[in-house]
Amino acid sequence: MFRSIKMRNLFLAPFCVWAGIFIFVPLVCIIYYGLTDMSGNFTFDNLAIISHREYYSSLQLSIILALVTTIVCLLLAYPLCLILVDKAKSVGTIIILLFVLPLWMNTLLSTMAWQTIFERDGILNQVLRLLSLPDMTLINTPTAVVIGMIYNYLPYMVLPLYVALSKIDKSIFEAARDLGANSWQTFSKVTLPLSLPGAISGITMVFIPSLTTFAISALLGGSKLLLIGNVIEQEFTVEYDWHLGSALSIILMIFIIINMVITLVFDKSTKEDEN
Amino acid sequence: MISRLKTIYLAIIFLFLYAPIGVLIAQSFNASRYRGHWTGFTLHWYESLFTKERILDALSNTISIGIVSAVVATLLALITCLALREVGKKTRAMFMSVANVPVLNADIVTGISLMLLFLGMGMRLGYGSILLAHIVFNVPYVMLCIMPQLLALDKSFYEAALDLGASPFKAFTSVVLPELRPSIFAGFLLAFTMSADDFIITYFTRGAGVDTLPTEIYSELKLGIHPEMYALSTLVFITIAIFVILFAINRKANFKAEDLV
Repeated sequence: MFRSIKMRNLFLAPFCVWAGIFIFVPLVCIIYYGLTDMSGNFTFDNLAIISHREYYSSLQLSIILALVTTIVCLLLAYPLCLILVDKAKSVGTIIILLFVLPLWMNTLLSTMAWQTIFERDGILNQVLRLLSLPDMTLINTPTAVVIGMIYNYLPYMVLPLYVALSKIDKSIFEAARDLGANSWQTFSKVTLPLSLPGAISGITMVFIPSLTTFAISALLGGSKLLLIGNVIEQEFTVEYDWHLGSALSIILMIFIIINMVITLVFDKSTKEDEN
Repeated sequence: MISRLKTIYLAIIFLFLYAPIGVLIAQSFNASRYRGHWTGFTLHWYESLFTKERILDALSNTISIGIVSAVVATLLALITCLALREVGKKTRAMFMSVANVPVLNADIVTGISLMLLFLGMGMRLGYGSILLAHIVFNVPYVMLCIMPQLLALDKSFYEAALDLGASPFKAFTSVVLPELRPSIFAGFLLAFTMSADDFIITYFTRGAGVDTLPTEIYSELKLGIHPEMYALSTLVFITIAIFVILFAINRKANFKAEDLV
């Protein structure tokens, strides 16, 4: 579409400058801060701090809660999407829109609404008392944080999964059935492998934000339940230890890179299967 | 039996997704300032919303940052995608993965790294730094919307326009741009939505005295949210819901029309 390579490169130049300043340099900044001490000397001490009990246990808790959230989202979204792709396309689209609609309510406000529901004298317990059932203490527990994360990130699992499932040619199912597969075999040998790419992008889109959130855990987990995101936030806004905060961010990035590599490997293997 | 189970399953998930929204909407009509205690119906918060300057300031910041960052991100994404159409597959994939870094990275890391950059450049944190940060994370979203449609575009129409004597600019605006309009529009809307809802990156790149709605909500959380905030959120949510329903009805009508043909 360009008359010369020069012209094309002229169009590409702004992005190169942009990416250099706003994508590459910030990462260099964070690595620099993470690997130096207050006086600017090179050190691994900031990274080593993760082996301290308090930091290690909040990292561990973050990973466990993020895994639980991702698995529950997958288990909730899969049957949901299977039901939706079965419906007529017009109806399916409308239901999907209704599922995405809550995303436009501000994350912090809807999380706070969960706080109102879960509190000691909150709506849930008021309902339970009306039914003369015993109270439930959910606020400031890991369960509350997980429910809050599932609430906020479920649409990110539903969307890619729905797209992947609705792309599957319906005649493949008929072919499988004609060839004598029962419904379980059709599901495990046809539907599941074909929807895998959607599931994998859903897993990434849920796992990373739940691993790194600090707002949801601050609202529903109280001050004692610290995720790694809360620890990093406090290093920057309360302790003013940027070096330590950056080092913890580097550790988070390592997890993100591992997640990306796994995604790439899966993506490649499913693409090769298709060929 | 099974179809009954399916309906029940859908209903439970709907209840789960809309329960907090119901609570927030109810809260906006609640005479009590305190959460979870219903003391009567009132429209008072909707009136006093228009006198709360902090909330109105945050709202106007959110809207102006959303629009400006979406426009700049769309322009930058568009010219970059046009150039990327003409490079090799490998180069394009490389550029796309670099562009994607802010999407794939955790918000907290992006926010902190941008804060370090802005402070390192000697910039004062404030409206400008929030705006720049929003453009940074918006560009990849718009590129992800535009690139597929641009790659699917048939180049021969553009060349035909050139052969018929159109200038490259004229050929671009009258042949390529109309084809790309849906994806440019989708990218713009996605960028605006991402900007308006972002909390974490704004939180780290904002300066004292400048707030968007999400950061204003976060700072109110400690002392108790002003009920006017519920009123505003209810208004925003209902406006968007009406748009979505209109869109859905329109779509359904289209589907029916297709069936008839």
